[in-house]
Amino acid sequence: MTREILKVKDLATHYTGFGGSRVVKAVDEVSFSLEEGQTIGIVGESGCGKTTLCLSLVRLLAPGAQIVGGSIELNGRDILKLSQKEMVEVRGKEIAMILQDPMTSLNPVINIETQVGEAAFKHRGLRSSTLRERVRQLLEAVRIPSPDVRMQEFPHQMSGGMRQRIAGAVALSGEPGIIIADEPTTSLDVTIQAQYLDLLRRLQKDTGVGLIFVTHDLGIVAKMCDDVIVMYAGKTVEKGSVREIFNNPNHPYTSALIRSVPKLGSKDPLYRIEGQPPDLSNLPQGCSFASRCAIADDHCFEHEPPLIEVGPRRLAACWKIEENAASKEQA
Amino acid sequence: MFGIYIQRRKVIRAYFLRRLVYSAITLFVLATTIFGLVRLTGDPAILLTPEGATELERVQIREDLGLNDALPVQFARFIREVVTLDFGTSFHLGQSVTSVYFDRLPNSILLVTVAMAFSLALGIPAGIISAVYNGRWMDFAAKGLALTGMSIPGFVMALTMMFFFSVKFSWLPTFGIGTWKHLVMPGIALGWYFAASTLRLVRSTMLDVLSSDYVKLARLKGMTEQRVIMRHAFANVLIPLISLTGVNFVVMINAATIVEVIFVWPGLGSLLLEAVGERDFPLVQGIVVMSGTLIIITNFLIDLFYAWVDPRIRLTR
Ligand SMILES: Nc1ncnc2c1ncn2[C@@H]1O[C@H](COP(=O)(O)OP(=O)(O)OP(=O)(O)O)[C@@H](O)[C@H]1O
Ligand code: SF4
Ligand SMILES: [Mg+2]
Repeated sequence: MTREILKVKDLATHYTGFGGSRVVKAVDEVSFSLEEGQTIGIVGESGCGKTTLCLSLVRLLAPGAQIVGGSIELNGRDILKLSQKEMVEVRGKEIAMILQDPMTSLNPVINIETQVGEAAFKHRGLRSSTLRERVRQLLEAVRIPSPDVRMQEFPHQMSGGMRQRIAGAVALSGEPGIIIADEPTTSLDVTIQAQYLDLLRRLQKDTGVGLIFVTHDLGIVAKMCDDVIVMYAGKTVEKGSVREIFNNPNHPYTSALIRSVPKLGSKDPLYRIEGQPPDLSNLPQGCSFASRCAIADDHCFEHEPPLIEVGPRRLAACWKIEENAASKEQA
Repeated sequence: MFGIYIQRRKVIRAYFLRRLVYSAITLFVLATTIFGLVRLTGDPAILLTPEGATELERVQIREDLGLNDALPVQFARFIREVVTLDFGTSFHLGQSVTSVYFDRLPNSILLVTVAMAFSLALGIPAGIISAVYNGRWMDFAAKGLALTGMSIPGFVMALTMMFFFSVKFSWLPTFGIGTWKHLVMPGIALGWYFAASTLRLVRSTMLDVLSSDYVKLARLKGMTEQRVIMRHAFANVLIPLISLTGVNFVVMINAATIVEVIFVWPGLGSLLLEAVGERDFPLVQGIVVMSGTLIIITNFLIDLFYAWVDPRIRLTR
């Protein structure tokens, strides 16, 4: 078995507003672990807490957000016990991140060489010609043509796809063991998106970096990931390997997500999950998916289902796991 | 590859030419306007002759000053003066306008430079601190500073300082020119408002920039707060700051007049005021046209600097 590099346990992050009267439970008791070279997918609808989870992992939350419980063990130590000063030595070096929008995530007035090289300069001590050579390598690795010319240029001279590839080079620069990619392809068009995913996979194979891949698209998860965490309203509702989750989803929300993935060549109208996710500052009693769940009953509305082991390395939080599995078999 | 550079040289040359033409037009409009305006202020002969002088004496004076010529003739003469930068002789000082102008110019530049330096040295750090500590006491202190700067008129500021620093404690000379001490109060009185305006701009732009994705990415790379703020964030504040400073510079030259009068500072502002009062046409015209030229040149330099700081602008406008 390969080495475990990240172990997140019962992580909870809340936003408090209006003098503490409103608490948004954006991440609620999420646990998972990541091994070297592994890719874990985090899937869920908009607003379910994916970005908050990512930013919690690097402890760069917006003011008003607070990690209220749990632990994040990175390379063997709990980074929640580190000061912000110490975190500066962790970010970019042990864990890096690619942001969602390539059009806004690069600095418009700093050239590409500096932006890509900074982390290598700081965390790996590279200087002058060695540093430049490293930047060149990184740009080559992310398929930027004529890197020597391009690194003297500025973000506005690059296309969206190129910028996102450069953001990939920025993430790799400090040679981190883990890269978090928060919906890195959402704003790219389909062809560029496919290329980017291929690139990420290849980079991962070459560098052995552990990848946390956030998306709302299960299709991408199927392509990219080993394990998946399905999040709903800040909580883990299902967790397991990609194959098992696709073949045998245990949670009605997961089934619905799978049904909403467009199938190649299918003429059926795209399936949409009815209704809205609940307000995270005012969660209902019972199962948070109940109002949208086709098989919900009174029990579901009153009692919250615990996240239980339903197989080897397989978790789900639903009162009707058996029934759901059975109904699928019929279909 | 080289094609790109040749292309760029062409673009830059076209840019300079266009600027030159615009500047010439601006100057012409300015010169024409001041030529007309100054003649609306009245007859200089009345002020130049002693009380009880005869009409004949006044006619003689007008003849001497060339004021009896038809307006187009006067205008043609004036345009020649503009082109040769020789504005003739001041009516009431009897000296060459150009030499009076260049006697006073260094004093004005000194005052405006000191005031500008003061406003930037106070406004920029205060703006940055105020944004970084948004909502905390340092932010409130900075905002208080900005509010007083925007709301207290320069002359009130000047008189208050005079009262305390000259009259009460006699630390600083009340007026005049000579030592660095003479510069303190005029510099602060003139720079105060601009410090506040700089502070407000730096604060609001900095707040925007600090919440941007690229600043987040800089932090994600493990950059220290100091580098995040000074290198990644402030570099982006610099662009609007240069624009504002360019505008402020012109406004400051105008605002300097009041400060020069209060502190009896022998600059161009007080000279212009005096010239207008005396209906000294050549002096007024000379000051306005020459200062206009200097402002145009300065603005051009600021634009060059701007293009240098912001890679997105490559002198193509
Ligand atoms: N700065 C903030 N202050 C208060 N609440 C916030 C803040 N940022 C996010 N939230 C709330 O926290 C919840 C989770 O937001 P988050 O951005 O983590 O979701 P997400 O899953 O990344 O969504 P998306 O797919 O749209 O990016 C949302 O309900 C959101 O309204
Ligand atoms: S617990 Fe009940 S409401 Fe919740 S998902 Fe399962 S069946 Fe649906
Ligand atoms: Mg998000």
